Amino acid sequence: MAFDEKTGAFKVVGTRPDRPDGVDKVTGRARFGADASAPGMLHAVIIRSPHAHARIVKIDTSKAEAAKGVKAVVTRVDFAAGLKGEPWNILENVIAGDTALYDGHAVCALAATSLLAAKDAAKLVEVTYEVLPHVTDVDAAMQDGAPVIREGAADSSVPAGMHPNVVRYHESGHGDPDEGFAEADLVIEDHFVTEATHQGYIEPHACLATLGGDGRGELWCCTQGHWNVQKVCAALLGIETSKLRVAASEIGGGFGGKTAVFIEPVALALSRKANRPVKLVMPRADVFRATGPTASTSMDVRIGMKKDGTITAASGVFRCQGGAFPGAPMEFTAMCAFAPYNLKHVRQVGYDVMTNRPKQAAYRAPGSPMAAFAVESVIDELCNRLELDPIEVRLKNASREGTKASFGPKWDRIGLVETLEAAKAHPHYAAPLAPGAGRGVSCGFWFNHGGETAVQLALSEDGTVQLSVGTPDIGGSRASMCMMAAEELGIPYEDVRTTIADTATLGYNEISHGSRVTYASGLATIEAARDTIRKLCRRSADKWGIDPEAVEWRDGAAYPAGPNAGDHDPLPIREIARRMGRTGGPIVGHYEATPEGAGVSFATHIVDAEVDRETGATKVTRYTVVQDAGKAIHPTYVEGQYQGGAAQGIGWALNEEYIYGADGRLQNAGFLDYRIPVASDLPMIDTVIVEVPNPGHPYGVRGVGETSICPPLAAIANAVSNAAGVRMRQLPMRPSRILEALEGQGS
Amino acid sequence: MIHVNTTVNGDPAEFLCEPRETLLDALRDRLDLTGAKEGCGTGDCGACTVTLDGRPVCSCLVLAAEADGREVGTVEGIARGEALHPLQRKFIEHAALQCGICTPGILVAAKALLEKTPDPSETEVRYWLAGNLCRCTGYDKIIRAVMDAAAEMRENA
Repeated sequence: MAFDEKTGAFKVVGTRPDRPDGVDKVTGRARFGADASAPGMLHAVIIRSPHAHARIVKIDTSKAEAAKGVKAVVTRVDFAAGLKGEPWNILENVIAGDTALYDGHAVCALAATSLLAAKDAAKLVEVTYEVLPHVTDVDAAMQDGAPVIREGAADSSVPAGMHPNVVRYHESGHGDPDEGFAEADLVIEDHFVTEATHQGYIEPHACLATLGGDGRGELWCCTQGHWNVQKVCAALLGIETSKLRVAASEIGGGFGGKTAVFIEPVALALSRKANRPVKLVMPRADVFRATGPTASTSMDVRIGMKKDGTITAASGVFRCQGGAFPGAPMEFTAMCAFAPYNLKHVRQVGYDVMTNRPKQAAYRAPGSPMAAFAVESVIDELCNRLELDPIEVRLKNASREGTKASFGPKWDRIGLVETLEAAKAHPHYAAPLAPGAGRGVSCGFWFNHGGETAVQLALSEDGTVQLSVGTPDIGGSRASMCMMAAEELGIPYEDVRTTIADTATLGYNEISHGSRVTYASGLATIEAARDTIRKLCRRSADKWGIDPEAVEWRDGAAYPAGPNAGDHDPLPIREIARRMGRTGGPIVGHYEATPEGAGVSFATHIVDAEVDRETGATKVTRYTVVQDAGKAIHPTYVEGQYQGGAAQGIGWALNEEYIYGADGRLQNAGFLDYRIPVASDLPMIDTVIVEVPNPGHPYGVRGVGETSICPPLAAIANAVSNAAGVRMRQLPMRPSRILEALEGQGS
Repeated sequence: MIHVNTTVNGDPAEFLCEPRETLLDALRDRLDLTGAKEGCGTGDCGACTVTLDGRPVCSCLVLAAEADGREVGTVEGIARGEALHPLQRKFIEHAALQCGICTPGILVAAKALLEKTPDPSETEVRYWLAGNLCRCTGYDKIIRAVMDAAAEMRENA
């Protein structure tokens, strides 16, 4: 797809206006998932398995149904039968069939006239379980004799002889790694482990559902993608997609975790049964137990290097545990692992492994941060032993335009080298280190995504415009949409209002994921504005009695394109809008497509960390993010994405982990024991926005949301390892693990 | 049911509640003040922060009945008419929010800080807000917004 690139100076893009929903969000007016209510509304509670793996022998709901205020109870029989493929997997996760597959797996739900009545009644539901053997560790789940989560779950990619819990397999690369390793002066191979972490959005999943016996329904929910919710819920309830209208609330964080469907079909089923609106809000413990953590991993990486820093070969095996369903992002882990490097010999293998844990969900660049942790740790160790500068080594081996990617294609215009050069030139990299502190560097890569997109831009009679997009605003995207529309139309930023439309208003919009919103909805907004401009020019041409081609649009007005077009006063958008009812009717521009030119994004992070050798506690003292944004539409919100990704990475590297007991139960299902970074844990996070334009977007935009979490795990691990003088191979690097490593070093 | 007479954002308010009902639920469900959010229900995240007689509390850990005869302050009471509080303006200006779910609690907590400590150090702001989780921003822009609002308030004091 070719686009007219904007070559002139930007007037709005690149400035830093206030976000249009700012006042709503600082006054408490913004309505999030749990903030909606309806007349006659019921409150719902979900009853969940306390066992990691158990056959459901019997669910006796008679006492609960008889309790005061209870209006509906649902189990698996209240959902569609005969589903196959992914809809079946989703239903099986939303509400268990014959078997509870993890601690927290939903088995039953009820709705009552108050939340307290629903909670009381939930205690009266009697579920009889036959407990089965379980496995929660990725390596253990692959061993002979490990309990089988589900027979027949593997697809045809899995080599013969693997355990049935290995359900998908990936292999890619080129050249002959053995030949490459033979050319190396030093080869390092190491084993790395990362634990599952949660996206940790502060807003629990919440929805308000209304569904009648006629199959017509309305759903309000916090989600990253309401068209997907509509499609999935319709399938799981056995109704036609268009009969269900879904509106997205403001969303209190998602980071990938709200791309999946968990509670909405349950609320709809309860509403259908009770014939009343049903509100369902997940308690925080359920969010941890039953919604998308990321995959945990076990990885082996081997890299060969010459004394001058040239990487001669690289190979890696990446085992990703994704809970009780197929889908761990092991192919992304494998494909991202060596993406920053131009390698003659490279091979990567991935395994998708099932365990008795919740179904993993996407978490910001799913799979990539773990791969970077393993690969960039080995590169750091090679640099240390060969006494080479870590940025120089990365520059020497960096992927560039035209080189062959580790996973196959040739790179288009990419900005990795520019991020490395900017990091090298940054004062942080030259700053002296305090005694006992360590510095770490890492690169990171994410693909970015386009996806199905539809937008509409309607002109109001006063010349302002109403832009409708279908991608929930998860971090300020309304502002960048308003900016791109204003830029293209040549009108003030304040004259554009952006609304997140519901599923009845626009064509299908893919989820807000893959760092796609500013890229794809932005591209569609620009094209819808251009469509509007064509219509504005035609109205002007009609008025002037000339060809539309003889009209040009600039600075928010139509002008005769040249002397041959005649002598006409310019027609500002306000003038055309005021008369549009009499000149042909409403003026609306629109654009629908699946843009495929999402430019990939690279980043380089620099971290300083101190390690307390007595307590094992780590403190990140300085952090710098350098990342290619292609073109930053609203630089402040781009910085915010960089800082947010870095902070989540700090949590993943140092504190956060899912801890399962021998009984297979999650032991830290709350923010007290699952500790995400708090304000006093972090330093200011410095950012450098590099702009290497993406040829696939009219303004050069690349997605920025996800790449920022790719380098931190490795950069922090390298800083901590260099501070402690011992290589840290397992995340999180909690104090006990650091003390163990220090003791091991002493002996 | 318990009959509670209280003051919310300076106005008299009354409601009936169950003895075990939290102040957060009463504010949200009985008084339709949905600005305070429930992020955890266990006092770990701070999204439900309100003031009780001027002191910030997690309203999910306070019983609704405890509000009887006391003064409750929520995010809805921070602006004066259409004039935003300096903290609210600075949060927008610095992009100190991305999703905005933690913002009401952080604003209430930060306002209480600045009333007590008009010239806080960065460290003081970071420790004061350590009970308010934000997953989007990495806190950088939040800390800057609070410091900047404090500076402006000192100038205009």
